[in-house]
Amino acid sequence: MAQVHIERVSKIYSGTQRAVNDISIDIPDGEFVVLVGPSGCGKSTLLRMVAGLESITEGKVSIGDRVVNGVDPAERDIAMVFQNYALYPHMKVYDNMAYGLRNRGMPKAEIDRRVREAAKTLELEHLLERRPRELSGGQRQRVAMGRAIVRSPKVFLFDEPLSNLDAKLRGQMRVEIRNLQKRFGVTSIYVTHDQVEAMTLADTLVVMNNGVAEQIGSPLDVYERPASAFVAGFIGAPAMNLIEAVVEGDGRALAVGASRLAPFSHSPALEPGRPVTLGIRPEHLRRAHANEKADMDLVVSAAEILGADTLAHGRIAPGGTGAAPLIVRLPGNVRLETGARLPLVLEPGAAHLFDGETGRRIDLAEAAVAPQQAAMARA
Amino acid sequence: MNKVRFGHSVIPYLFLLPQILIVAVFFYLPAGEAVRSSFYLEDPFGFGSTFVGLDNYRDVLSNAEYRRVAIFTVWFTVLVAFFALAIALVLAVKADAVLRGAKSYRTLLMWVYAIAPPVAGLLGIMLFDQHVGPIVKMASWFGWNLRVGVNYHDTAFAMIVTAVWLQIAVNFIFFLSGLQSIPRSVREAARIDCRSGFRRFWTVTFPLLTPTAFFLVVINITYALFDTFGLIDLMTKNEPGNNPVTLVYKVFLDGFRGNDLGGSSAQSVILMAVVFVLTIVQFRFIERRVHYS
Amino acid sequence: MTDTATTLHTGAPDTPATGIRWGLLFDHAILIAGSLFMLLPVYLAFMTSTHEAVTIHIGGVQFLPGDRLAENYATVLFDGIGFAGAVNGTTMMVNSMILGFGFAIGKIVVAMMAAYAIVYFRFPLAELAFWAIFFTLLLPLEVRILPSYEIVQKMGLINTYTGLIVPLIASATATFFFRQFFKSVPDELIEAARIDGAGPLKFFRDILVPLSRTMIAAIFIIMFVYGWNQYLWPTLITTNEDYFTLVRGIKQIIQVWVGAQIPEYSQAMALAVLAMLPPVVVVVVFQSWFIKGLTESDK
Repeated sequence: MAQVHIERVSKIYSGTQRAVNDISIDIPDGEFVVLVGPSGCGKSTLLRMVAGLESITEGKVSIGDRVVNGVDPAERDIAMVFQNYALYPHMKVYDNMAYGLRNRGMPKAEIDRRVREAAKTLELEHLLERRPRELSGGQRQRVAMGRAIVRSPKVFLFDEPLSNLDAKLRGQMRVEIRNLQKRFGVTSIYVTHDQVEAMTLADTLVVMNNGVAEQIGSPLDVYERPASAFVAGFIGAPAMNLIEAVVEGDGRALAVGASRLAPFSHSPALEPGRPVTLGIRPEHLRRAHANEKADMDLVVSAAEILGADTLAHGRIAPGGTGAAPLIVRLPGNVRLETGARLPLVLEPGAAHLFDGETGRRIDLAEAAVAPQQAAMARA
Repeated sequence: MNKVRFGHSVIPYLFLLPQILIVAVFFYLPAGEAVRSSFYLEDPFGFGSTFVGLDNYRDVLSNAEYRRVAIFTVWFTVLVAFFALAIALVLAVKADAVLRGAKSYRTLLMWVYAIAPPVAGLLGIMLFDQHVGPIVKMASWFGWNLRVGVNYHDTAFAMIVTAVWLQIAVNFIFFLSGLQSIPRSVREAARIDCRSGFRRFWTVTFPLLTPTAFFLVVINITYALFDTFGLIDLMTKNEPGNNPVTLVYKVFLDGFRGNDLGGSSAQSVILMAVVFVLTIVQFRFIERRVHYS
Repeated sequence: MTDTATTLHTGAPDTPATGIRWGLLFDHAILIAGSLFMLLPVYLAFMTSTHEAVTIHIGGVQFLPGDRLAENYATVLFDGIGFAGAVNGTTMMVNSMILGFGFAIGKIVVAMMAAYAIVYFRFPLAELAFWAIFFTLLLPLEVRILPSYEIVQKMGLINTYTGLIVPLIASATATFFFRQFFKSVPDELIEAARIDGAGPLKFFRDILVPLSRTMIAAIFIIMFVYGWNQYLWPTLITTNEDYFTLVRGIKQIIQVWVGAQIPEYSQAMALAVLAMLPPVVVVVVFQSWFIKGLTESDK
């Protein structure tokens, strides 16, 4: 077991193309770190650089106290679980798990002890004599896990290990992986593009985009205070509403198309004319009560009935082509009709603001927490 | 993404060595030699050779006998390829259509693949034999006096029939596997869209089979040009004189029997050019198929 | 109605349930005719090989078995055959086996090694080696036969197994097959092996070779048949009858045919049957592997 330091690491292909750009992450011993981002964001490349399967162009990776930049993957004391499991198809389950240990010259008895122990933990004992093709997807996944566990490595690396499983199994394995990791206390780095997986597994979440770490933090931190418009849109389902707007008037109101919103009436003023992105999670809007003043009206265009919730799709009133699209999460018992106008109230302090050009978060400090008495004026 | 690879070491060189060595000695050396000697006139008594430029090519191409053989080769190739493909296609479509006995039919129709061309030639000689051959007897019922080995056209007929018989198996195997790789859903969609089985074949099945068919056309041309050597050698019974032969056979005759090294080499080089073009076409097509599938 | 499922599967012409039988019958008729067309020549050859030569000479090719099966095959296998008398069927059978196995094994070993180097290593000259090897696919042996013969002759390899087998390996078909196959092996497998501490040699021995078993079997069958069936090259390289293969021996048989008063039809056909039998058995028994190898490796 060991801590992992990733220090200003970059991967540059063919001289110019930066697949990973100057990333630094400190992973304390025993922590579960999830790298999440869309495909092509560089998360797998970063993981593979830690594994030693990809050379490190710039920067330094250390496992424990040892810098491992030039070290062969087999010497790094890591274990990796691959997306397609990468089980050796011609070897029995037992041999799949034992192969790496044999290559290290471990005594037979010790290999046997470790393999059987891992098999017991993963409930694979009855499958040891089978070959991978005789196993179900979930069982293969367990064997891949077993192969990682028997090595008792310093670090576990996971490269989208659940993406080939169906939704139900994925849920089960997610819990299982988390429990195993807790039990063994091995430092783990886990790559996924699935934000639900990322949120549920991570101690620390690293949200990546275009080779850059957009934000590093605890899942809740990332959810509550996304550092950029990209992170805001990527984490959370359904995705946060990101609405293009321009600061208006006294610097506290926003013009959104033909509408005007004032979600931050008590916050420090911004300079008028500045382009910004307003972020509102669908779950932070609710229907206004009978006599309550609405923050905005939604012109409903479609309703997705999910049972527990209903998602209302539409545009901010007055509607029409120029108006910003908006999704609102409503309780499941709400009935909506297309074309109806829905008065909405924004939860206090739940709006986010991002710079219109850089996409970085604009921190409105405590001021934004104040209750919304905001008015919505029509131009 | 590129294949993950091992780094630079001595291993790849060691692993490549046997293949490179064999290829260099038994491919590049002779191929180069063929090209070289096609520009030389060999002294018949072995006293060296003289550079004659393109003379050998001029001689070959202006030779009436060579042109006769070339024309026969074209006819032979076209007929063999056409009939071997057509018969195999019909059989493959039918074998794909029946459920009961499909496996047995497959076995019965593919095993001929394993027969060597000269052995097929020997069977051909027997069946077309003047005295004992049942095919000659059958032909006589229709008033056709088949005289294989004597009449040029009759010999050509026997050769083509035998060559077609031998090649059907390969074509059948590829057509059947091509048919079986057409997704069930596509066939079922076609059944809903089109009632006539015949029309369905030409509008859906056959177009999906064209990659296989095209690949096989090249294979069959190569077969007719080169692989039939043994068959022809047998069926002309060592008397190629007035019997039909193909270009490859003539290379062999002129080189080994006629001792015309330069002429034979020039013919080799001409054939090389033909195969070269054929193979390029085939590669281009394989590449396309890989991309499209 | 029982046949509805059948038509759905087969894609046979759409006919009402009552008429289906006819279409199906027609299909079977064509397939049976085709099978007979393929079978008959070999059947007749076998029947002929069980008769006395005189019977054939008088009565023509026989459709029913005769009583000379044992004698004819014994003669062909153990006695000197008609012409020079120095070689019998057994020797030729052994030589054919040597050629078939030697060629198939040699080719697979050489090809796997070369393909491994090409696919799994990055090294200078890799590109050049690749093209040098695959260029050989362009020119069959037949078009360079004369200089090939001369080189083998100069090396003193006439009438040797080396001279018979090694030059035939100088084409990259199997290398090409293995290259295609190796390229289809998932990258993750080599990565997993690297993490498991397997170097290039270990990976080749422990993972790649066992992984290629089916492919090796398929290519072995194709190459065995190809080697066994070689004709032109053995004809040139072996002048000493001790090195004759069965297929090569066929050429000798024809001289009997041309010269004799009563040609030894039955012995000739017995030899032909012997020459066909091993490759046909291999292809039929290992049919599924063989077809898989043939149709998948061309891609």
